[in-house]
Amino acid sequence: MRGAIVVDTERCKGCEVCVVNCPTDTIGMAEEVNGKGYHYAYMKYPENCTGCSNCAIVCPDGVITVYRVKTEK
Amino acid sequence: MGEIQLMKGNEAVAEAAIRAGLDAYFGYPITPQSEVLEYLTLQRPEERTGMVVLQAESEIAAINMVYGAAGTGKKVMTSSSSPGISLKMEGISYIAGAELPCLILNVVRGGPGLGTIQPSQADYFQATKGGGHGDYRLVVLAPASVQEMADFVDKGMELAFKYRNPVMILSDGLIGQMMEKVELPEQKERLTEFDPSWTITGKTPDRERNIITSLNLDSEKQYEHNMKLQEKYASMKEDVMYETFDCEDAEFLLVAYGSSARICQKAVDVARSRGKKLGLLRPITLFPFPTEIIAKLSRQVKGILSAELNAGQMVEDVRLAVNGRIPVYHYGTPGGKIYSPDDILKAIDEKLMGGY
Amino acid sequence: MDIKDIIQPENLVHKRTPLMTDATLSYCPGCGHGTAHHLVMEVIEEMGIQQDTIGIAPVGCSVLAYDFMDIDMSQAAHGRAPAVATGIKRLWPEKYVFTYQGDGDLAAIGTAETIHACNRGENIVIIFINNGIYGMTGGQMAPTTLEGMKSSTSPYGRDTQLMGHPLKITELVAQLPGTYFVTRQAVHKSGNVRKTRKAIKKAFEVQRDKKGLAFVEIVSNCNSGWKMTPNESNVWMEEHMFPFYPLGDIKVEGKIVKDLVKELM
Repeated sequence: MRGAIVVDTERCKGCEVCVVNCPTDTIGMAEEVNGKGYHYAYMKYPENCTGCSNCAIVCPDGVITVYRVKTEK
Repeated sequence: MGEIQLMKGNEAVAEAAIRAGLDAYFGYPITPQSEVLEYLTLQRPEERTGMVVLQAESEIAAINMVYGAAGTGKKVMTSSSSPGISLKMEGISYIAGAELPCLILNVVRGGPGLGTIQPSQADYFQATKGGGHGDYRLVVLAPASVQEMADFVDKGMELAFKYRNPVMILSDGLIGQMMEKVELPEQKERLTEFDPSWTITGKTPDRERNIITSLNLDSEKQYEHNMKLQEKYASMKEDVMYETFDCEDAEFLLVAYGSSARICQKAVDVARSRGKKLGLLRPITLFPFPTEIIAKLSRQVKGILSAELNAGQMVEDVRLAVNGRIPVYHYGTPGGKIYSPDDILKAIDEKLMGGY
Repeated sequence: MDIKDIIQPENLVHKRTPLMTDATLSYCPGCGHGTAHHLVMEVIEEMGIQQDTIGIAPVGCSVLAYDFMDIDMSQAAHGRAPAVATGIKRLWPEKYVFTYQGDGDLAAIGTAETIHACNRGENIVIIFINNGIYGMTGGQMAPTTLEGMKSSTSPYGRDTQLMGHPLKITELVAQLPGTYFVTRQAVHKSGNVRKTRKAIKKAFEVQRDKKGLAFVEIVSNCNSGWKMTPNESNVWMEEHMFPFYPLGDIKVEGKIVKDLVKELM
């Protein structure tokens, strides 16, 4: 499985709950801040993402969209 | 002529509620109005019209059940007596703020506090000046007979929906408990359509969601909402109702409503039989108050006595209407005591002029 | 494989439910309210009942729930939501009616309305967000605040002598015959989120099947009121709240499934 998340960076409130719920340590918090002054979440190690959706379902603001493909190996 | 029955005031309200096609009644026992709930549960209106009747756990719960159902556009009512009406004040303020239609019956008893179970008119301020918090008004109807108790249910509901406002029937223990002949109205159909512009019956794809609320954190918007409410209350004067007795040539005027008006009617008869030119104005709507007719009569009569079963409440509105033109006095017996026609005549004698 | 190959519509696995409006949630960063809101709306979306659902918002942090949930909703006075729900459900028995309430709303000022709606077995869903504090008004003590827990009105910690013990309202209502499904869940971790979603769906199915009242408590964090970061608050919640408010089903299909006697001793 290869996955990817898209974060609505302007709506992210930088709570970091997604970070601790990611089983593959994909997510980090950006150095930059968004329009509200929050450091938003992003895929720091995108190659790790499996598209499990843990981050998206735990996000209180629903800012994460998740994609996943099966990879043949 | 419709069906005639001999009924208690409280029972007449209950029977009228079923016949007016009300969808629900939520109430709680309290003397002197428990017969409303008792009559309704005995009648099984769920079998007659499908009307829901539920004894709530408190007057607070009952008014909030009314608030919920009213938000869906249904015809609902509750009833209580003075201490229970105080409990409902929060809910009534919310209903007024959210602009919902409903009917609230207050069968007034002596107060304050737990008070007494005898009749009184000491909730006039509470009913007409808001009662709960905030700038709002209720339409207030004051029945003076068992017939009016019955008639005002449908009339009150009609006004409630016309203005999207709570309507109060301000009765008292005397009218609630006494038995009189009453002509009952025909059975009306219950509502089958609900205005999709504001009722919460489930958001269909063809419209935005409806929200029933009285909250607005934006003070500018809340100001506009309040101004809209004030306009609404001012417009209610087109529905003012009152009755006059022997006023055409009156030299002195009694102003009284409800049970007090019945006693004063007798006082007028006695005075007239003695050749005294006494008249009576009976306000039927206490809000909107019959200001114009009182102002008009104050240019004709020499003095006014506001006779109320309380320590002096409606007299203030009479004075406002009279605006200082002539003397206005109050006579009343608070705390559940009821005066007689002779007491009225004596009061006129003592307060307004000699030898009446 | 390039990321942009993965991010294609046909590869979509999860997106925000359209039954949440576009409005930015007014909750603090990391607050469980947001997650709970999304779950309720996801269940309504999945069951296809948006046009038959009426929700009731409380007074508390979620007073503005109607700005976020795209369904017909009514605001209720503090604590009165179960009575408001009763008024609606009795007149519209075919609709889905739910209340969404906090701990002050449900277990302090609204205790009578809560107990009696449960006792009558009103066929509604009650979603109860328990974070042991009054968030909206600035962090005061709640009936569910733990012994020793600090709040702005228990600045030295809750003293049970003076202020009473924390109230396990959920265990109380489970004992009433009118409640059919009573459960306690959490939404701070993805595993819990999935369980809670199932519990909420079950609750609405109880209503669909007219079995009685379904009561879903969600033990949640209040990082602002507790004065911690979101992740710290979730750890604190696991260490302190869960032992006192244990997660799991309390009543299923009308029968109590926990040893309440043992737990409440």
